Amino acid sequence: MPHNTVAVVGAAETTKLGVIPDMSQIQLHADAALNAMADCGLKPRDIDGVATAGETPVQIAHYLGITPTWVDGTSVGGCSFMIHVRHAAAAIEAGLAKTILVTHGESGRSGIGRGQRPVPASSLNGQFEQPFGPMGPPSLFPIPVLRYMKTYGVTHEQIAMVSVVQREWAAKNPRATFRDPITVEDVLGSRMIAYPFRLLQCCLVTDGGGALILTSADRAKDFPTKPVYILGTGESVETPMVSQMESFTSSRAFSVAGPTAFREAGITHKDVDHLMIYDAFAHLPLYGLEDLGFVPRGEAGRFIAERNTAIGGKLPLNTNGGGLSYMHSGMYGMYALQESVRQMRGSAPAQIPGAKISVCHGVGGMFAASGTIIFSNQKP
Amino acid sequence: MPEPGRALPQPTPETKHFWDGTQAGELRLQRCDECSHTYFPPRPFCPKCASRKVSVFAASGRAILDTYVIHHRKVPGFVPPYAIAVVKLAEGPRMMTNIVECAQTPEALQLDMPLEVVFEKQTDTITLPLFRPAKG
Repeated sequence: MPHNTVAVVGAAETTKLGVIPDMSQIQLHADAALNAMADCGLKPRDIDGVATAGETPVQIAHYLGITPTWVDGTSVGGCSFMIHVRHAAAAIEAGLAKTILVTHGESGRSGIGRGQRPVPASSLNGQFEQPFGPMGPPSLFPIPVLRYMKTYGVTHEQIAMVSVVQREWAAKNPRATFRDPITVEDVLGSRMIAYPFRLLQCCLVTDGGGALILTSADRAKDFPTKPVYILGTGESVETPMVSQMESFTSSRAFSVAGPTAFREAGITHKDVDHLMIYDAFAHLPLYGLEDLGFVPRGEAGRFIAERNTAIGGKLPLNTNGGGLSYMHSGMYGMYALQESVRQMRGSAPAQIPGAKISVCHGVGGMFAASGTIIFSNQKP
Repeated sequence: MPEPGRALPQPTPETKHFWDGTQAGELRLQRCDECSHTYFPPRPFCPKCASRKVSVFAASGRAILDTYVIHHRKVPGFVPPYAIAVVKLAEGPRMMTNIVECAQTPEALQLDMPLEVVFEKQTDTITLPLFRPAKG
């Protein structure tokens, strides 16, 4: 059954994106939340549900002066916000809350008001991965790539095109951090980080935030904004350790979350006008395109290299420039959701004319978790 | 002050047999007595069928190189560039490790190359399982 009964009525990012040294992490949440409330004409007293990650819902509710009847602190990495939207839609349908605020804020670059998250030496990751020299996502996330490349004969040049195409999208976006064009040669000539990936295949590290406000579709007409309906949702998790993925050529979490959302929405791939796939690193759009069924196994590299996801292509992908060029605070999922909402409202800097359905797919951890949301601007 | 070394594991009751094993020169895995599933990382029940009847056994130490990155940033205890690898053990499970006695280059590190375990003592209580190109 499609949801059809819940809509996003408020959506906003922080006033500034990029380097924000004068704002702590919780204030980034609040700045985005206040912008989202202003977007749809609500006050904190109108909100009765709070979902967030990074900070706890307790901190966010108290800081904003909200008395919730429902909270969700699901924190599974950057796709937590997709999963919050899914849980919020279910909560609204179940009558647990009427108006839910989902917030994200992260002082990823400046580190203001942000705790460190060391890996405990007694955890499974601490015992069975950390001793072998990883240092955060740039060293761990690309681990599966060489196996994927060998299995399907994907080339370095094809994967480099992910970064090139997304930079072209970013050039149309005044809020994107990096907007200057790059070539395959630039990507393959940039500093090596963790072979096979180089600097231009790794996401930015920036400060920012975003917030969404959801309510029932029948209330959506009372708001000044164009409603964006939730058609379908999916979520899953796999493993906290990238070394323990079932397969290095496919994400099990993607393969559960994506198809679940498509079934719930009752749509086919041909219906999709716009796609966001969380791109912390350049291989994620490849895995996403294949695990969500947009292209056959092993075809995603060629699909992107042949510019099918570029400006004017048949499947516009990561139209804000993505985590590779737009911004990436650490948990990027909220920015992918914001771009889907902008596309459905018709207000994106690189607007896809006439787009009616947007699929927004997120990853958490190093292929640890996944959430997928399918939006539409058409009243079901 | 000496330079800080690499991060070391802190064994728990459920993983103690594994780390005792590496000190004794054995790569210890677990196998389910009911469904025969061999698994890693350690836990006192089968992640496939949930049986608590599981046995510890010494694996062959043979593996193939499944995938890796060559890390170019500085990490305590490592001299970049160095490979962070995942090997597929002959018994089935995968584990993260480092590849030793081998150049840390894409040319030397070929996927599916046969490997064998070596044990590298770190402290009086911790020995790590590393892998080198198979000799036999």
